[in-house]
Amino acid sequence: MRDIAVVAFVQSRHTGEDTGSSETELLAPVITEIKERTGQKRFGFTCSGSNDYLVGAPFSFVSALDAVGAWPPISESHVEMDAAWALYEAWVKLQHGEIDTALVYGFGKTSQGDIAEIATQGYDPYYLAPLGVDGTSMAALQARAYLDRSGAKEDDLRAVAARSRAAGRDNPFALHLPDPEGDDYEVAPLKAHDIAPVTDGAAAIVLAAGDKARELCERPAWITGIDHRAEAHSPGVRDLSRSAAARLAGERAGAAGVQVAELHARFSHEELILREALGLGDEVTVNPSGGPLSADPVMATGLIRIGEAAARISDGTADRALAHATSGPCLQQNLVCVLSGATHG
Amino acid sequence: MRSEPNQPTPTDLPADPPNHILEFPGGYTRSVGPVIGRFLSELRGGNLVGVRTREGRVLFPPTEYDPDSGDAITEEFVPVGPVGTVTTWSWVAKPRKTHPLDRPFAWALIRPDGADTAVLHALDLGVFEQGAKPPRLLKTGMRVRPKWRVERTGTIGDIECFQPEVTMINAPTRLEYRLQGGRALDRFLEGVSQGKLIGHKCDVCGQVIVPMKGLCPKDGVPTTQEVELPDTGTVTTFAVNNLPDPRAPEVPFVSAYILLDGAGLTMLTLVAGIPADQVRMGMRVKAAWKPREEWGKTMGNIKWFEPLDEPDVPFDAIKDYL
Repeated sequence: MRDIAVVAFVQSRHTGEDTGSSETELLAPVITEIKERTGQKRFGFTCSGSNDYLVGAPFSFVSALDAVGAWPPISESHVEMDAAWALYEAWVKLQHGEIDTALVYGFGKTSQGDIAEIATQGYDPYYLAPLGVDGTSMAALQARAYLDRSGAKEDDLRAVAARSRAAGRDNPFALHLPDPEGDDYEVAPLKAHDIAPVTDGAAAIVLAAGDKARELCERPAWITGIDHRAEAHSPGVRDLSRSAAARLAGERAGAAGVQVAELHARFSHEELILREALGLGDEVTVNPSGGPLSADPVMATGLIRIGEAAARISDGTADRALAHATSGPCLQQNLVCVLSGATHG
Repeated sequence: MRSEPNQPTPTDLPADPPNHILEFPGGYTRSVGPVIGRFLSELRGGNLVGVRTREGRVLFPPTEYDPDSGDAITEEFVPVGPVGTVTTWSWVAKPRKTHPLDRPFAWALIRPDGADTAVLHALDLGVFEQGAKPPRLLKTGMRVRPKWRVERTGTIGDIECFQPEVTMINAPTRLEYRLQGGRALDRFLEGVSQGKLIGHKCDVCGQVIVPMKGLCPKDGVPTTQEVELPDTGTVTTFAVNNLPDPRAPEVPFVSAYILLDGAGLTMLTLVAGIPADQVRMGMRVKAAWKPREEWGKTMGNIKWFEPLDEPDVPFDAIKDYL
């Protein structure tokens, strides 16, 4: 296996409302900045993650390439998933050994539609989508299953939200949200503060292999393990109160012994399920960035977890950090990426 | 993603109408294959069927593969339900217009009897105001049953929603009477209408019976000797009531047996003017009368009994009247 590291991470200052920028306009300054930071104008491979349903136009991701500069033609790919999976594809491409650098980016603008209803269009078209069940209602089913099984209370969910929002207020890129208040349910048992906020934003990461990584970054965040696992799509055929896929991905990526974890928990109960699945004890600092409950530019949110975890390695505050990303309803698919200051840490 | 212009929306979208709509006019046509097709055809016929896996589990709704192993399923379709168990739920206090019901309802995973997996569907629990909290009835483990649409077309929506199993009924009951209280009670109420509490003294045992019945229940002899009693007495025993009663000022309220001073039997009345948790056996009380102009020939003239500022009566003095 080649040693591959995150050598640069850039994100936008995310906003909770539409500032008038298109998705491409949100992305362009991020790409410009990461090119400046790395001194690279071209990359061996470029891969993006986005969702055409967010703007409601087919192949809308293609126009984002304008922000990258694709002439003469570049080696490029796209996943209709969170950009964390674009990073996985780039990591595989780097493992092939033909290239030394890869640019990965994701962007999302949920202010212009209704993300909970857009999620419906991604569900099983025979049994789920025709019911009109939305993303928040699906998450709330999992929250109920977790509370029933674990004995945790709604106040435990509120505590996750309160800690995340407090951390987010210290993060210049996140939304700065007040302490949770109010007892009205959005979809019971979830309240407004248990749900990731509407967010517009973008993020980019540059991966590099071996000596190229050492050349581009003083302290690269080496990817010592990366794995992703999926469970059945239907929420009715699995134990929603646990995440078997996250547990398996964590075991295979080497989750044990991390100091910091950035979890793609878009709903507060998901953090509790993931902590259990990944074996994260109280000694592990979870979502010091504020996490998705403080900023959720969907399709970049998972990639940002990898960027934030890598930043903790590069700034020396952690030796081993974990990043998690999820896709699909009720934590259906989970990616775990473990990063270290040492190539075999 | 379809939004009707000029409709208020319960979502995060701004109230002004959308300027872009993504829609397949007439819907998007999909072939369903033999497994889902069999399920939907049975559904149209009003039947619930699952399919058996090679391991013997019953998948409902059926898929072409075992989600655990990825193996192809057997071709054995198995009737399940119609009753099922809720395995988890979420409560929609403010339905979206894309939702199947326009009043608060639950989404639930429901495992029909005989199946090993659950189906997602809407669960209708009756009429609730917008924004209502989840009802207590809604619980993991509750038993539910499909409500079939009359016109079925072979979609998951042929089940309009699920509904709870019937566990209770509420039947109206009402009988009408014209009652007389009897001569003795009539005489007692005549006294009450003038602000007096009248009892009968038994010629045999000497105890005063109030309200009088014209008989001594102890000796079984007629009584006629009238005695007027004061409207003060002692609580012998009491109960704290948490169900509202039109005669009581509030909930909780206290109903008590009171031994009027000089009486040999207790009478049942309300006690008020004191927090329910401070009422005591042996407590001294006095009748609280309505204003005289509201008096009639009814015990309603006394609203209730209120505490007297006197020391409690020792238990020994009331123990024979409990």
